[in-house]
Formats: sequence, structure tokens, C-alpha cells
Amino acid sequence: MSMLQVSIYRYNPETDSAPYMQEYQVDTQGRDLMVLNVLEMLKAEDTTLAYRRSCREGVCGSDGMNMNGKNGLACITSLSEVVKDNKLTLRPLPGLPVVRDLVVDMGLFYQQYERIQPYLQNDEPAPAIERLQSPEERDKLDGLYECILCACCSTSCPSFWWNPDKFVGPAGLLQSYRFLADSRDKATRERLAELEDPFSVFRCRGIMNCVAVCPKGLNPTRAIGKIREMLLANAT
Amino acid sequence: MVTNVTNLGRSGLSDWLIQRVSALILALYTLFIVAYLLFNPGLDYAAWSGLFAQTWMRIFTLLSLISIAAHAWVGLWTVTTDYIKPTGVRVGTQIVIILAIFVFLVWGIQVLWGA
Repeated sequence: MSMLQVSIYRYNPETDSAPYMQEYQVDTQGRDLMVLNVLEMLKAEDTTLAYRRSCREGVCGSDGMNMNGKNGLACITSLSEVVKDNKLTLRPLPGLPVVRDLVVDMGLFYQQYERIQPYLQNDEPAPAIERLQSPEERDKLDGLYECILCACCSTSCPSFWWNPDKFVGPAGLLQSYRFLADSRDKATRERLAELEDPFSVFRCRGIMNCVAVCPKGLNPTRAIGKIREMLLANAT
Repeated sequence: MVTNVTNLGRSGLSDWLIQRVSALILALYTLFIVAYLLFNPGLDYAAWSGLFAQTWMRIFTLLSLISIAAHAWVGLWTVTTDYIKPTGVRVGTQIVIILAIFVFLVWGIQVLWGA
């Protein structure tokens, strides 16, 4: 009973005409492994299997994938959290083009991240020491700066699936608010002007898939609400 | 900044606000009509016509008509931009929806002031 049934999405555009699901059997010896451990065991047997991984401890955000229907990081998701009826189905993050097997092209995701200008903008003369913040001002950045850009949230969002070129997506908007909320950033007005169209922020329908899947426990929906409040305060 | 020309308010913020205010007005109107029908079981033409002859009721009804027109425009525009990808079909559908909303609005005003 310790043989785990693993079903993995396989696609190699150089040899396959269409994607298919490949079945594997893994002997977990009754251990509650992480999903990434299972992939490593399979990779040792079948070297053609492709996926991204790096730190294996939920810091780098490389191994975001869809496990039994829910996005998450394979390295910090244990089998007991996702496996049902001894079966594990692994698919690439939904909504992004597949490069090969579980590897997706993150281009659209990064384009939206780039669009929100994820860096401090301040053209006032730099002080002799750092630009200081009060502890209260610094507290506003908690729950925002921890994002590792794994794309689990944006690729679980239907609004991002339908309009990945126009809707910034939960990850980008969380980062956008991280700079809108920063007391040292002076480009608030310009940032808000970029966001008030019907797509960039307002395509969010508040279904909170992003909150449900975030491996770091962050809340993009709340950040989007805060951006809306800022837009409203600025325009009424 | 993403440019749009067929949404109601030209800005996501104004569409968002219009959607929320119109929803509130429509909820109030629905509650009022349902309550009115419940409290007047033996409703006849004279009473119904008398209700709509009053200025406040006409204002309330016209406000609701405009609200449903705006609400439908914003909502259906969003649906078309999510699901209809070929530009020609999308713009065509949006124009048909906008024209239909206009027709229903004028017709509604005529019904309201005609009787």
C-alpha cells in the first residue's frame, strides 16, 4: 500500500505532438515526503522528466506547480496535504505556455511585474545616511515584501488566465501596493495613474484564489482593496 | 495603463464605483417592489397605476432603470472582454449590447410616462 500512484503532465514540443499524462509508481516506504522528493526519485529513474527547483525550502519560488488541482510549491507541500486515495496528479502552473513537462514560460508574469515598476522611486536629494522610516511606516510593508514571485497566485486567478497581457495579477498588485505603501517612495501619483483603467487592477473579481494558494500566507486581495481605496481617495 | 473605448466610464475606477452604487439602488428597488406586492395582495390596475403616477415613484423607477442600464453595460462589457477574443466579434457584441441597453432605456421611459 506504500506504492504511490503519480500522474505527471508530460510535453516535449520537440518530440510530442500533444501533451499527455504519464503514470508512475513510487515507493514512499510509508514516509510523508514532500512532493519535490517524489519528483527527485522519479527524475533518478526517468531523466527526461523536466521541472524547476533550486533551494528546496520554499524560499526561491522555482517549483510552483499544480498538485492535485491546487497550486503550491512542491518543496514545502507534504504528500499528506495533497494526496487523495493514494493518487498524486502533477501539472504545470495553469494559464502560462508550457516549455516542457512542468516547466512554464513565465514571460507574461514577469512583464506584469515589470509594469508596476518594482523599485523605490525618489528623486529628492539623498540624505547623508539612509532614508529613514518610523517603525509604524515600516510595519505597513509587512505582508507585502515577503512575496517570492513563485506565480502560484497569478496562475490560479481566472482574471489573469483570460487577460494576462492586461490584468497585472495578484502577485504584481501585491508588489505594486508594497511600493504605494512605502513612505520613501515618491511616485505614488504616477503609479496610481497607471492602474486606474478597467483591467490593471479592476479586473480582480475578489474570488480570493490567490489568498487560498499563496505558499507564504500572503493576502493579495487585501492589497488590491487598499489600491482601490487609494485610487478612490485620489479621484473623488 | 490599458486603453479602452467601449466601457461605460472610460476608467476602471468609475466603472467600479458605478457598479457598486447601481447595485445598491437595484437592491433597494427590488426590496421595495417585493414588499409592495406582499403588502397589497388584492392588487388591481387602479392601485398599480396610482403608484406609478406619483412623482417620487417615477423618479425611483427611472433611477433604477438608469442603474440597470449602467450595471448591464459595465457587467456585460467585462464578460465580453474576458471571453470573446476575436476583436471583430467582441466589438460587434459590445455595440449590440450598448444599442439594446439604449433601446430598453428609452422604451422604459416611454412606459413610465406614457400611461
